[in-house]
Amino acid sequence: MDMPVPNAAIMSRKVEVVRRLSEALPDNTVIHEPNETRAYECDALTAYKCAPLAVVLPSSTEEVATILRICHEEGVPVVPRGSGTSLAGGALPTADSVILGVARLNEVIETNYDDRYIRVQSGRTNLSVTGAVEEDGFFYAPDPSSQLACAIAGNIAMNSGGAHCLKYGVTTNNLLGVTMVMMDGTVTEIGGAHLDAAGYDLLGLICGSEGQLGVVTEATLRILPKPEGARPVLIGFSSNEVAGACVSDIIKAGVLPVAIEFMDRPCIRATEAFAGAGYPDCEALLIVEVEGSDAEIDEQLGKIKKIAESHDPVELRESGSPEESARIWLGRKSAFGAMGQINDYICLDGTIPVNELPKVLGGIRDLSQRYGLEVANVFHAGDGNMHPLILFDANKEGDLDKAEEMGADILRLCVEVGGCLTGEHGVGVEKRDLMTAQFTPDDIEAQLGIKDVFDPAWLLNPAKVFPLASTETRRIAAE
Amino acid sequence: MAQIEPSNETELGEAVQAADGPLRITGGGTRSFVPVDGRTLSTRGLTGITLYEPGALTIVARAGTPLSEIKDTLSAENQRLPFEPMDHRAILGTEGEPTIGGAVAVNASGPRRIVAGACRDCLIGVRFVDGTGKLIRNGGRVMKNVTGYDLVKLMAGSHGTLGVLSEVSFKVLPGTAASATLTLHGLSPRQATEAMARAMGSPFEISAAAHLPGDSPATHLRLEGFEASVAYRTERLTAHLAAYGDVSVETDPGRVADLWRDIRDARMFAGRSEDLWRISVKPSDGPRVAEALDGASLLMDWAGGLVWAGVEAGTDLRGRLSGIKGHATLLRAGHDTRARLGTFHPEAPPLAAIARGLRERFDPRGILNPGLMGPATAPEPEKA
Repeated sequence: MDMPVPNAAIMSRKVEVVRRLSEALPDNTVIHEPNETRAYECDALTAYKCAPLAVVLPSSTEEVATILRICHEEGVPVVPRGSGTSLAGGALPTADSVILGVARLNEVIETNYDDRYIRVQSGRTNLSVTGAVEEDGFFYAPDPSSQLACAIAGNIAMNSGGAHCLKYGVTTNNLLGVTMVMMDGTVTEIGGAHLDAAGYDLLGLICGSEGQLGVVTEATLRILPKPEGARPVLIGFSSNEVAGACVSDIIKAGVLPVAIEFMDRPCIRATEAFAGAGYPDCEALLIVEVEGSDAEIDEQLGKIKKIAESHDPVELRESGSPEESARIWLGRKSAFGAMGQINDYICLDGTIPVNELPKVLGGIRDLSQRYGLEVANVFHAGDGNMHPLILFDANKEGDLDKAEEMGADILRLCVEVGGCLTGEHGVGVEKRDLMTAQFTPDDIEAQLGIKDVFDPAWLLNPAKVFPLASTETRRIAAE
Repeated sequence: MAQIEPSNETELGEAVQAADGPLRITGGGTRSFVPVDGRTLSTRGLTGITLYEPGALTIVARAGTPLSEIKDTLSAENQRLPFEPMDHRAILGTEGEPTIGGAVAVNASGPRRIVAGACRDCLIGVRFVDGTGKLIRNGGRVMKNVTGYDLVKLMAGSHGTLGVLSEVSFKVLPGTAASATLTLHGLSPRQATEAMARAMGSPFEISAAAHLPGDSPATHLRLEGFEASVAYRTERLTAHLAAYGDVSVETDPGRVADLWRDIRDARMFAGRSEDLWRISVKPSDGPRVAEALDGASLLMDWAGGLVWAGVEAGTDLRGRLSGIKGHATLLRAGHDTRARLGTFHPEAPPLAAIARGLRERFDPRGILNPGLMGPATAPEPEKA
C-alpha cells in the first residue's frame, strides 16, 4: 500500500510547529517525542504504521479550533483520531501530519429524556453513551463490535452500524446535531435536538466522511427506550448457502428481527475453543433476535422457526431465559477475539443485497480454494453486511499480500452483485484503490468537490478514502 | 416555451447540458411551493420501477414514477415506504400526480418519521444529473454503506438545486397487520406534549404522536404491529397515561388510516387563505411555539417537534419564535410575504457559505432552480 511522500518542508519545520501548538495550548496537550507518539503510529489496521509529526490531545472545542487554525496557517495535514479502533486505517498518520486525538473530550453534556437525546463530547466511547442512560431505561442504538473502546467521533466518521441496525439504522440515522470545527478553525453548529436540520443535509454529508470535512467535537444523539423484551433463537444449518437462503426468506416473510447474525464452521470452531458457548457442531449458524412485547416475540419467533424448519436445520434452540440468551450471544460476541487467538486475519466489510447471500458465500468459498487461504465468516446477515475474515500467517513471506489480493476479489464480487466495498468500517487507506471498482470518475469527482468546499486546502486526513492518483493534484496544489 | 420532458437519463443529461438559461426542475408539480423562473424541466417521463427485491427490503425506481405506483407495488408484497411521505396537494391546492423523485427532493416525511426515520433515512441510493449535465451515482441498494461520501442524504431535501434526480433506491419495511389510535381529550399543548413524551419514552413503540389544539383538543397516539401486540400495548399504554384522563381507542383500520392521513397531509389547512408555516423544534419546545403563536391555528406532529402553523398573511413568524432553537419554513404565502421573509430559515454564516459552495460545485452555471435555496453566487467575502 502506498502513502504520499511526506512533505519535507513541513518536516523540517517540526520544531516550529510543535512550539506554536505548545504555546497556544495547555501543558500536556502536545506530544512529539517518538517514544510518546508510538501509540499513535497506527490504528487497528496494524499492518501499517507511521510516526506522526506530533500528537495533540485537546480538552475542549476551543482547543480543537486553536489546533486547526494553527495547522491551517502552517499548512500541516491533520489526521483526526477517535479511539484508534479503525480497521481501515482511517487514523493512520503520515510523517508530515499532526494527529488530533479527541479522547479527552469524553463528557456527557446533557441528557434529555423528554426529547430523547443525549449530547456528548465526541471522544466518549460508544458503550459509555448507553451507560449514561441505561439506568433510566434508555439506550443508544448503534452498537459496533468495538463499542467498548470506539469513540462517537469515529462512529460518525465511519457511519458505524453494529448488530442491531436492521431495526434501528446506523449512526447517520441516530445523529441529530454536531458541533464541528472546520479546518480553518471556524466552529459550526449543525442540526440540534430537533429532528430535521435546516437547509442541505450537511449532517448526512459529514457522517461517514472519515474525518475529511471537519472535526466533530460534540454530538447530539437520539436515545431510545429499551424494548419490553428480546429473545434470540439459534439455528444450525448444514451449509453456508442454506443459512443464507434462510435469511432472505425470513426478511421476505414480513418479520423484522432486530438482528440476524451469521457464523460459519471455522468461526464456530474457534469460538467454541475460546468461549465454550455450547454451539452445535455444524457448517453454519444464525442467531436471530426479535424484540417487543411477549405476544410480538412469540408471533415473530413462530414465523421464524417455521421458515427455518423448511431449510432442514440441524439444530433449533430458542432461548428460555436471560441466561440462555446470554449463552447464545456469548460465542458471537467473542468471535473476533477468538479468531485473533488462532490466526492473523484481515476483516472485510463488504455489503450485499441480502438475497445475494447464497451466491456470494459460494463465491467466497471458491476464492478461498483458489488462493489457498481459509476464510471464516461472521457477520450481520440481516442487512447484508458481511465480515469475511481471511486467515493468513503474518510471518510467512507474501501471505499478507495474497490475503489482500483475495480480499480485493471478494469486495469486487460484492460490488458486482449490487453491493458496496464497505458497510461500516470505512474506506480509509485499506480500500482506497478499489473505489474505482464501484464508482465512475465522475462519481468520484463529485465527492472530491465536496471536500474542496469544506477543506479547500486539502489538509484534513488527505490521503484517505480516494485513490491517491485521483487526489494528487489537489493535495499537491495545497502544499 | 415548451416543457422539457426527457424520457431517459441520457436525454436528461443532454437537456441540462444544452440549457442556456435557468431551469425550473419539477416532478409531478404537486409540491412546488416556491415560484421559480425558468424553462420547466420535468422528470415525469422518467418512469418505472427498475428493481424490487422484497427479500432484500429494497425498491429502486426512476424519479418520475408516481408515488401511487410505488405504494401499490409494495403493498402487493405487504411492504411499505417506512417514512409515510405526505401529499402536499391539499395544503398547496396543486393538482397532478406526486412522484417518488418529488418526495425525495423535499424530503417528505410523515407521522411515522419519529420511529422509522425521514425520507432521507430510508433513501439508500441516487442517480442524478448535475448542473453540467454529468450523470452521478451515489449509494446503491444496501442499507449499510460508507463507501465514499454520502451524497444520497445531501440530495434528499435539496429541492432540485444540486442536481436533477433520475433514479432513487429505498429501504422498505414490512407492513403491519393491525393498528390503533389512542386519543386523550382536552389537554393543553403543554400537557399534550408531556403525555406524548411519556408515551414516546415507553417501550410500546408509538408509531405516531400528534396533538390538535383548538376548541376540543385531541392528542392522538398510534400503535402498529401484530394484532395481539397492538391489543396488549393499547391496554398498557392506556394505564401508562392514566394521569392524563380517559383514553378512547379506535381500531377500525379505515378510520385509523384516515385520521393519520389527514395529520400527515396537514389537511386542516387546506383551502384557507392564511400563511402556512412548518416549524421544526425539539418536541418539548412545541408548547413554547404554541404559546408564542397564540391565536394561530396549529397542528403539532412528531410528539410536538413538528408544528404546522396557520397565521395571518404577512406575519413574521420567525420573529415571534426568536429564542427557540430550530427552523421554520414558509410553505404557503403570497409573493410579497415570501420575498420579504424568505422560504427557508436563514442559516448561520459558515453553513450558508458551505451551502453556496456546494451549489457552485454541483451547478456552476447556477441554472438548477436558481434562488430556491439561497443565492447561487457568492457575495464578496468578508475578510476578517
